[in-house]
Amino acid sequence: MGAQTLPVILLLPLLGAVAIALSGRWPNVREAISLLTAVTLAVLVFSWFPDVSAGARPAVTLSEPLPGLSLALSLEPLGMMFACIASFLWIINTIYSIGYMRGNREKHQTRFYVCFALAIAAAMGIALADNLFTLFLFYEILTLSTYPLVAHKGDAKTIASARVYLGILIGTSIGLLLPAIIWTYVATGTTTFTLGGIIQGNVPGPAVGLLLGLFVFGIGKAALMPVHRWLPAAMVAPTPVSALLHAVAVVKAGVFCVTKVIIYIFGVDFLFSQPSAQWLQYVAAFTIISASVVALYQTNLKRMLAYSTIAQLSYVIMATIILKPLAEIGAAVHIAAHAFGKITLFFAAGAIYTAAHKTELWQLAGIGRRMPITMGAFTIGALSMIGVPPTGGFVSKWFILAGAFQAENYLAIFTIIASTALNAMYFLPIIYFAWLAPDAPDVDMAHGEAPPAILLALGVTAALTIGFFFFNQPLLDLESQLVQSLPL
Amino acid sequence: MNLADHLPALQVALPLLTAPLVILLRTGFLAWLAALLASLVSLGLALLLTAAVLETGTQHYAVGGWAPPFGIALTVDGLSALVLLLITGASSLALAGGRQSLRLDIDNRRAPMFYGAWLIAMAGLCGIAVAGDAFNVFVFMEISSLATYILIAAGRDRRALSAVFKYLIIGTIGATFYLIGVGFIYMMTGTLNFADMALRLNDVIETRPIIIAAGFITIGLALKAAIFPLHIWLPRAYTYAPNAVTVFIAACSTKVSIYILLRFNYAVFHGNLLGHSDLFAVFIIPLALSGILLASAIAIYQVNLKKMLAFSSVAQIGYIALAAGLASQAGLVAALLHMFNHALAKGTLFLCVVAFVLTSRSATIANLHGIGRRMPWTMAAFVLAALSLVGVPGTAGFISKWYLVTAVMEVPGWGVPLVVAIIASSLMAVVYVWKFVEVAYYGKAPGDDTAAMEVALPLRALIWVAALSNVYFGLFPQLPLALAQSGTSTLLGGLN
Repeated sequence: MGAQTLPVILLLPLLGAVAIALSGRWPNVREAISLLTAVTLAVLVFSWFPDVSAGARPAVTLSEPLPGLSLALSLEPLGMMFACIASFLWIINTIYSIGYMRGNREKHQTRFYVCFALAIAAAMGIALADNLFTLFLFYEILTLSTYPLVAHKGDAKTIASARVYLGILIGTSIGLLLPAIIWTYVATGTTTFTLGGIIQGNVPGPAVGLLLGLFVFGIGKAALMPVHRWLPAAMVAPTPVSALLHAVAVVKAGVFCVTKVIIYIFGVDFLFSQPSAQWLQYVAAFTIISASVVALYQTNLKRMLAYSTIAQLSYVIMATIILKPLAEIGAAVHIAAHAFGKITLFFAAGAIYTAAHKTELWQLAGIGRRMPITMGAFTIGALSMIGVPPTGGFVSKWFILAGAFQAENYLAIFTIIASTALNAMYFLPIIYFAWLAPDAPDVDMAHGEAPPAILLALGVTAALTIGFFFFNQPLLDLESQLVQSLPL
Repeated sequence: MNLADHLPALQVALPLLTAPLVILLRTGFLAWLAALLASLVSLGLALLLTAAVLETGTQHYAVGGWAPPFGIALTVDGLSALVLLLITGASSLALAGGRQSLRLDIDNRRAPMFYGAWLIAMAGLCGIAVAGDAFNVFVFMEISSLATYILIAAGRDRRALSAVFKYLIIGTIGATFYLIGVGFIYMMTGTLNFADMALRLNDVIETRPIIIAAGFITIGLALKAAIFPLHIWLPRAYTYAPNAVTVFIAACSTKVSIYILLRFNYAVFHGNLLGHSDLFAVFIIPLALSGILLASAIAIYQVNLKKMLAFSSVAQIGYIALAAGLASQAGLVAALLHMFNHALAKGTLFLCVVAFVLTSRSATIANLHGIGRRMPWTMAAFVLAALSLVGVPGTAGFISKWYLVTAVMEVPGWGVPLVVAIIASSLMAVVYVWKFVEVAYYGKAPGDDTAAMEVALPLRALIWVAALSNVYFGLFPQLPLALAQSGTSTLLGGLN
């Protein structure tokens, strides 16, 4: 396939959105179109995998509004992986959404599916962005297109949360990310992602740390503390949104952008030599530990998962900023591994809500006996968060730790071990209570499993979480291209 | 000499001569149609002129064949072409989209007079853009101002009368200041022609009358351009004017004053007065900055949608003034680009207001709750244009903001604070825009009526053309960029 067909990856979900909007009157047609678009998109994205894996870097420029500032798409290993994950999980999530939205009799379902398709188009744009300008464009589109999804319910409390969501994401992107991009452009004359970075020799030493700060806090979607507040706020959205967007597409877009900026704008070797950039690992470590501690104190299942996500996102940032080849691979792999595990957990949370209308942790006692499939999947997802083999979470943790030892970075090693313990502390009690504890008093227990569409979806993602432990070689091969230029 | 050579003169003559004919028409519809046609033909002329300027450079025209500096000279360069496109484009957009709204606002009996005044206003604005000498600028300024007062006061809202009276007083002071300044210069140099003036000023530089003249002209034009805090006439005038009139004047009238301000300060004074650009910067940049920050903040607290957009205009004029005050190549390009891009965004937004008011009979935000659910097409266009106003990438507003930020970053020492101010104001723009967007989509509609009530298809289509042009010029800004660059080189290089 020629690089000229790259824009189709973006156009497909857009066309899907239009078709969904037009077929809003017939729910079955609308959802068939959603599913068809998702499947076609995934097939299209995966068809690029062999080429990119073999070293191809297709690129195409769509327009050049200003000299040196173009709307351009390209595929490289990191983006390839992100596009694959997002497009593939979109299929499963669509199946899940059908079960969830119908099961809960949600309103405005057409708007929901349209915005979802738009958000996926934006996520594809982020994955394929060839430069910071294109990245920023789709980053903002992703924020705007997910706003109606977060505000879906439309009551005062939801709107207030959606305002926090939009305010933080737009505020940080315009207030910090845009100046960072302009600074980069003024200093280097380009914004194109280049392996090895473009900053070296153009920005003086101490300023590098400042520029890095503008980037990582400007990319609010990465939820690095203190710009993490939007993520718990976004939990007011219907669960399929939390599952795909706030465990995969949006938050992964955040850490993906951070990783991409560090690898392709700063350059790993250059940043390693800059003492002014070292502060980031302390912030990431702080975020991991404190988000895990906050998660311990949560009583609402989805909010607890949100804080767990914040901690896990900072794993990726931590791994990236270790700035060693194995850790970079670990960062990329963790994006995938965490995606499978966390979407499973959210699917389970949504299944519990749909079948039993339970949202609080204390209500979950004994629920495993009534919803064995759901809680089985939940258990697998939780084990992956802790990093227990044989789950995907173990693979990425292995690489991150190996990279940390390579760099003799004891802060990273300590943080990862401590947070593993904390993860176990807040996930294991839930698993124990769900399976073994007597039923919670005063709770309606007359319910069975969630609708089949939901079970199918969470079964698949749970299987993926385990499958990723055994079959991760193609992804490792792909991502090792990122670091081939680096000495091991 | 074929007709194409007379384009600069036709640009003014056509609307000016059509105006009395329009008054003779019997019904409002015919008068509207004639005005729309004249406006569209003017837009066509402006496009032809633009093409000619881009192809062969500045167009000169000597009225009646009398060569300047004795005869009246018309000059059209990239800058004039840009302004002409704005004026004729805004007029066509407002007339085409405003038919229904104007029919409600204007008495059928008085409609022919109203459309006559409209054409005179347009002719005056075009005249300012093509005039090659300072006195004709004044004449056309008076023509356009007087006609604009009529347009603003023509609606049914009686608050427009007090608003227009304020505008009249301040506008007249501005025009008088300008005339005093031009008088001083004429006294010292004996010429009114811009090109001639720029040459002859050399002999009398640093004399007190010239410095005083520069002050009078700059302040007079700053009044007419509504540069903060000389903007006090603007919010009420925009708010209480008939909605279609607001589309027209919001998109172009202040920009024309900025145009002539730039023409004087750069093409005439810049090369002659020692340290003029520093003085100009010291005068205008603090005002621009306070406008950018304060007007944006004030806009957040408005309860009337039109007034909110009007205060946003004051802030956006601040951007233009800030960029122009930098006295650099990049700054001027940013200023001219932003003139164009802001007109696109504001024109679209006010056109959406026309549609909102047509269906819900009010521009008060409290009465527009839930309008996004009832008018999804119009509201989506509003959001698109609002994003351009904020400066989101992919829209025209981003291009000019990008130029603006890169231009201020070149300022030694002040780069970072200026960037911070621009970004703070952009964030405030997000706040005031989103305050409306949120209630429009999620607010509870007044009354229980929630049925769809979109405006007629032609107006909706027009709104979408305007909205999409914000995206088009955000991805392909070559045309305004070329005009802005050519305009900048004439401003900095003096008139040819």
